[in-house]
Amino acid sequence: MDIKDFIEKFAEQFDDTPIENLTAEVRFKELDEWSSLIALSVIAMADEEYNVTLVATDIRNSETIEDLFNAVQSKL
Amino acid sequence: MAYNPFTLEGKTILVTGAAGGIGRATSIECAKLGAKLVLTDINEAGLQETLSSLEGVGHEFKVADLTSQDALDTLVAELPLLDGFVSNAGVTKPTPVKFINNTDLERIMSINTFAPIYLTQRLLKKKKFNSGASLVFTVSIGGVYTTAPGNAMYGASKGALQVFVRNVALEGAPRIRCNSVNPGMVNTNLAGRSYSDEDKAKDMETYPMKRYGEPRDVALAIVYLLSDASSWVTGHSLIIDGGKTLY
Repeated sequence: MDIKDFIEKFAEQFDDTPIENLTAEVRFKELDEWSSLIALSVIAMADEEYNVTLVATDIRNSETIEDLFNAVQSKL
Repeated sequence: MAYNPFTLEGKTILVTGAAGGIGRATSIECAKLGAKLVLTDINEAGLQETLSSLEGVGHEFKVADLTSQDALDTLVAELPLLDGFVSNAGVTKPTPVKFINNTDLERIMSINTFAPIYLTQRLLKKKKFNSGASLVFTVSIGGVYTTAPGNAMYGASKGALQVFVRNVALEGAPRIRCNSVNPGMVNTNLAGRSYSDEDKAKDMETYPMKRYGEPRDVALAIVYLLSDASSWVTGHSLIIDGGKTLY
């Protein structure tokens, strides 16, 4: 798994946020479109794509997309 | 003269169960109001007939068995971006509870409940809806508002679908809307020959409007929900039943 691939899959969970705006350093919870539904979508995506179970605290403890990537990576 | 808040001009609309009944009537009305239709059904001859009844150009049909996961993938991959989706395919088999069996129940649930759920899931996952799109599910008063002998399987399938509609409405907002129409008995081939003419005449008396619905009665309600006239309406179930549920 590489971060580029992860960002692509992360970006798919958004409707109005273009992937160009989503770099590893982006603090995703500050995005206008971020919502509890997208949080659930990210958890479902991690399960479907990486067979990794993210929990709410993984999201809470992650500030940037890279943090989230690392959270998934650590559970692979 | 041009004023028409119910226009569907410029909208591309997918209709399932388009080979007959409410699906066909809906397709015909949508085309008259300017929409471009993508029709789907398992019955190719019926689709041909519906297609030939449509005004305007640019309509197409796709034969698909919506209970097949592979067929759903293929269908969704081929679809254009949509402004409307009418999930209408449905079946029933009136059966008393003690005669329910695995084959009938799985068939009814597959077509009435699981297929619309899986199709909606894929349409969302593949981002097939333009912003402002409207989803309309043909549910029923049966199972949701009324019970009738022999209607347990159908009612259960529609009750589940109604709950799904409300959840799609919540998750889809504010980008897309999702509503249902809930018809009473409509003159289509749905119920087949399970009821005698005498039974039907007697049943019709339980409708304050003293008749069963016609497919077009429901189609025009679907048109309203597809149009921008209903742009503040989501999660609603619109009963169209000749007053049946007043009792």
